[in-house]
Amino acid sequence: MAGPMKMRATLGNGFTDVRVLMTHPMSTEQQTKGQPHFIQNVTVKVNGKTVIEGEISQAVSRNPVFSFRLAGGAKGDKIEVSWLDNKGDTNKTEAAVA
Amino acid sequence: MRAVALLAAVALAGPAAAQSQFEKYQQMTAEGSPVELFEMEGEALWRKPQGPRNVSLEKCDLGKGPGVLQGAYAALPRYFADADRVMDAETRILHCMVALQGRSLAEASKRLFGNADNPSEMEYLTAYVAGHSRGVRMTPGTEHPKERAAFALGQKLFYHRAGAWDFSCTSCHGQENKRIRMSELPVLDRPEDARPIVATWPAYRVSNSQLKTMQWRINDCYRQMRMPEPNFGSEATIALNLFLTATGQGAAYNGPGTKR
Amino acid sequence: MNGVRRKLLALLAAGVLNPIAAWAATWNKDAFSAKNAGDALKNLGAASPQPSGDIVIEAPQIAENGAVVPIEITSRIPNTTSIAVLVDKNPYPLVGRFDFREGALPFLKVNAKMGETSEVRVVASAGGRHYVATKEIKVTIGGCGG
Repeated sequence: MAGPMKMRATLGNGFTDVRVLMTHPMSTEQQTKGQPHFIQNVTVKVNGKTVIEGEISQAVSRNPVFSFRLAGGAKGDKIEVSWLDNKGDTNKTEAAVA
Repeated sequence: MRAVALLAAVALAGPAAAQSQFEKYQQMTAEGSPVELFEMEGEALWRKPQGPRNVSLEKCDLGKGPGVLQGAYAALPRYFADADRVMDAETRILHCMVALQGRSLAEASKRLFGNADNPSEMEYLTAYVAGHSRGVRMTPGTEHPKERAAFALGQKLFYHRAGAWDFSCTSCHGQENKRIRMSELPVLDRPEDARPIVATWPAYRVSNSQLKTMQWRINDCYRQMRMPEPNFGSEATIALNLFLTATGQGAAYNGPGTKR
Repeated sequence: MNGVRRKLLALLAAGVLNPIAAWAATWNKDAFSAKNAGDALKNLGAASPQPSGDIVIEAPQIAENGAVVPIEITSRIPNTTSIAVLVDKNPYPLVGRFDFREGALPFLKVNAKMGETSEVRVVASAGGRHYVATKEIKVTIGGCGG
C-alpha cells in the first residue's frame, strides 16, 4: 500500500507556499528490467477546486517532493494533493493553510 | 608558515567559485528532501506495540526520562546508569526494544541497516527520535568517568592507523581541502568542521534514497578503511561518536539531514 | 485504452472508488514515450517554442548525483497556463508537465533524475503560444539506473 505523504501549506508574501512529500519508489525501466513503477498524475485542489494538474514520468526522483505556489490564499484554506501511479495505486493528503 | 597558508589561499581562489555550486546543490537537495517521511514512519513504529510484552517504545528513556523525546537526541551519547555504559541514540533504542518490549537482542538487531525499498526499523526510529531535537544545542555527556573514558578512546581510535592500507580516520578527515567527488571532507577533530556534521546525522542520502544512521556512517568508514567492520553499538563506535559529537558540541541540532 | 484507465474503470464499476473523487487520469503516453525533446514537444502540442528570458530556471550547475537534481522554475510570462520540464539526454526526455489554472502561480520545484550531463529544457505555454528556456546541468554520477 501507499506509504505516507506529508504536506505543509504556509502563507507567504501574497501567495501560499505548498510543499508536499510523497513516499514512492519512482522506479525506472532501467532499474526494473522494463517494469517501471511511478506516479503519473498529481493534482492540487484548493477548497475542492482543482488548481494544478501535473503529469509526471519515471524521471521524477524517488520519494517525490514538490513545491507549488497558489495565488493569494488565506489561513484555513483547505489544500488537497493527490497522486495516481501507473499501477492504479493512489494516495492523498490534506492540510489547512497556516 | 604564514606564507604557506597565504599561498594555499591564493591557489584555492579558482576552485572557490565551483565550490559554491557544490554548496548550492547541497542546499537545494536539503530543501527538497523527503527526510520527514522517515520521521513519520518512525513515529508509527515508536507507538506500535511489539515484542513478547506487546508494548510500544513510548516509555523508552533516552536520557531525559521515560517517554521524553524533546531534546533527547541532542544530549547523546551519554552514560546510562541502568546499563552502566555510554550509549548513543541507536544503542539506546535497541536497549529499549530489549528492556521494554522483551525482545531478544538477536531478534531486535537482525536487520539494523535497511535499503531503499525496505528501510530498517532502526533507521525510521532514529529519524523520529532525532527530529525532536531540531534547534536544540548538542550537549553530549562529557562529565561522567565513563563518558571521559569513551571520549579518550574515541580520540585514540580517530588517529589510530591500521589495516591493509594503514588508514586512520585522519587519512580522509585530518587535512583541509580534501574531497571525494563533490563532497568536501570535514576535518573532524576541528570543532568548526565537526559542528555542522554532528548536527545533521542521521541523514537521508539522495544518491541511494536511504536514511543512514551515525552507527552506519562509522561502520562504513571502517569498511572504507579496509578494516574489520565494528559491531553495531560497540564500545568503539560509541566512543568515536562521542569524540566527534563532543568536538562539535554547542551547535544547534539541524537534522535529520540530507547528504549527497 | 491503457492499463491504468482500465483498472480505474474496473474499480469504478465495482463501486470501489467514488466517481466524484476518481481521476480524469489523463497521461500523455506519446509525449512521455518520445525519445527526443523535439518529439516530446510535438506530442505536447508545443513544437518549436520561442526562446524567452522570462522563464527562470534555478538549479545547481553541477549535481553530484543524477538521482536527485533539484530544479525550481518560475514563469514570468503573463497568463502562463502550463510548464513542461525536459531533460534532453534522458532516455525519455519529458520529466513532467503541469497545468496551472486560476488560483495557481506558474511556479514549480521538482527533483528530477538525470542520466548524464544535459540541457534542461523548460517550456511554458501562455495564450496558445509556447516559450522555452534552457540550462545545462553537469552530472558527475548518472541517476537513472541501479
